[in-house]
Amino acid sequence: MPAATPSPAAAATSSPAAPAAPPSGGLPDYVTRRPRGFYRAMNPATKLAIAALEIVAAFLVPGWPGPIAVLLILVALGLATHTLRGLAIIGLSASPLVISILLVNLFLLPGATDPILRLGPLAPTWSGLAFGAITTARLLAFSSAIALVYLTTPIDDLLADLSRRGVGRRGVFVVGAAVQMVPRTVARAAEIVDAQRARGMDTEGHVLRRARGVLPLAAPVVFGALTEVEERALALEARAFSAPGRQTLLRVPGDPAGDRVLRWAALLGIVVVVALRISGRVG
Amino acid sequence: MAIELAGITYRYAGASRASLGPLDLSVAPGRVLGVAGANESGKTTLCLVTAGLAPAVVGGKLEGSVRVDGADAAGLKPHELAQRCGMLFQNPSTQLSGTTATVFEETAFGPANLGLALEDVLERTWWALRAVGIEGLAPRDPARLSGGQSQLVALAGVLALRPRYLILDEPTSELDPAGTALVADALVRVARETGAGILLVEHKTEVLARIAAEMVVLARGRAALSGPATEVLGDPRLAELGVEAPARMRLERELRAAGVEWTAALDEALA
Repeated sequence: MPAATPSPAAAATSSPAAPAAPPSGGLPDYVTRRPRGFYRAMNPATKLAIAALEIVAAFLVPGWPGPIAVLLILVALGLATHTLRGLAIIGLSASPLVISILLVNLFLLPGATDPILRLGPLAPTWSGLAFGAITTARLLAFSSAIALVYLTTPIDDLLADLSRRGVGRRGVFVVGAAVQMVPRTVARAAEIVDAQRARGMDTEGHVLRRARGVLPLAAPVVFGALTEVEERALALEARAFSAPGRQTLLRVPGDPAGDRVLRWAALLGIVVVVALRISGRVG
Repeated sequence: MAIELAGITYRYAGASRASLGPLDLSVAPGRVLGVAGANESGKTTLCLVTAGLAPAVVGGKLEGSVRVDGADAAGLKPHELAQRCGMLFQNPSTQLSGTTATVFEETAFGPANLGLALEDVLERTWWALRAVGIEGLAPRDPARLSGGQSQLVALAGVLALRPRYLILDEPTSELDPAGTALVADALVRVARETGAGILLVEHKTEVLARIAAEMVVLARGRAALSGPATEVLGDPRLAELGVEAPARMRLERELRAAGVEWTAALDEALA
């Protein structure tokens, strides 16, 4: 069978792959450059700790004060970091869930006996409305706290920081892939919608008509994603992903003393809120 | 010193028949072997077996031996093989890690996985970017590149592992003519500047005619044609095997059949 002869292109040199010229530079500044500004410049772990405190406070402080205070803080942070629009978009994307929570609690809260009005067999209640609104506020606080970290942190910084703190490369990759999965899936879904439209499928108009288009859209998205996982796994192996030892880090997010203090304060805050809740001093 | 496939037969897990083989083949450093064939002729399987990903990662059963510079590929771990045989896949979007913010970091992904000293990672990364000719893309977001550019970034990422051999599985199949030209130019540069042995699977025979010196045409997992690329691409049996000869060769053949002599002027006009 053929032992390939040197190609005209390759015959110029027969040495194994090795640098033909000295390296042209060190670590570029676009890799080492850190985000600037209030909150954005914080270490990713500090932002995660603050987000965790916000979530714990929103869920464990009873009644309105917890979620409302957290939402006010998040709005202030959104204003300060110019991410309020992004937060609003992410909040709006949760509106189907919010509406369903409100409706279910409004009409079906167990034990509620204070009807706002009666609509035949249906009786929306004041306590159902209040419970639904508080639950909604908590969920918004939860999603906004996570969204603020996402909107103010370069994903590479987060992954590098996790890696620096000893999280294994597989764990770090799972976090990175999960974060990137949403935009990738949205892009894939858009391509499939376009392809189905080109084949005559009506994806606009009446709800029933849209519903009929869900399966031809969902199936290629799901199966395509599964195929992609297999291809990605192979490609990762071809890039030495399973090599033993720790990865070399190109970017190392700063972790100044102020950040460490803030992080410990947030963790202490979480412990305090949980302890107060368990001891019954709040709620 | 070569990749040597001796008497190999490969069957995917659960398959009733072998997808590849029996087949013997070798690729030496500094040489480019082109591989063509109809769909399901075993081209991608050949790449996976040669790169050591099948059966090590894919599963299945391999008979015969794959040796890389004398070492049995079956005894090497995937990350060890990746440093000897770099593999580039068809789809540019699935072979980028998807977790990096810049092309520079994407290219550095492989060397960083090896845990090399930072200086080594940087040196390899700059070298790979330069070898492919995409230093200018280094600050860009890998998610916002064209298909051709993404494939070049993937190629640089593979090269940064400094493999002695490159296994390229239809690297232009999902690219438009501009993207194909971009990748073909880069492959010519890589072959010239790195001296790596290259196994290039490609449907577009124009690309093979430009880069490969030797060729194999696969049919049902076996070598149906083999020899110097110009001879194989001019073989009249090529069409029966589901491979279209380069346009220039087809034109030359038709003109000769019509009694028109091929002249240097025609070559110049086509160029």
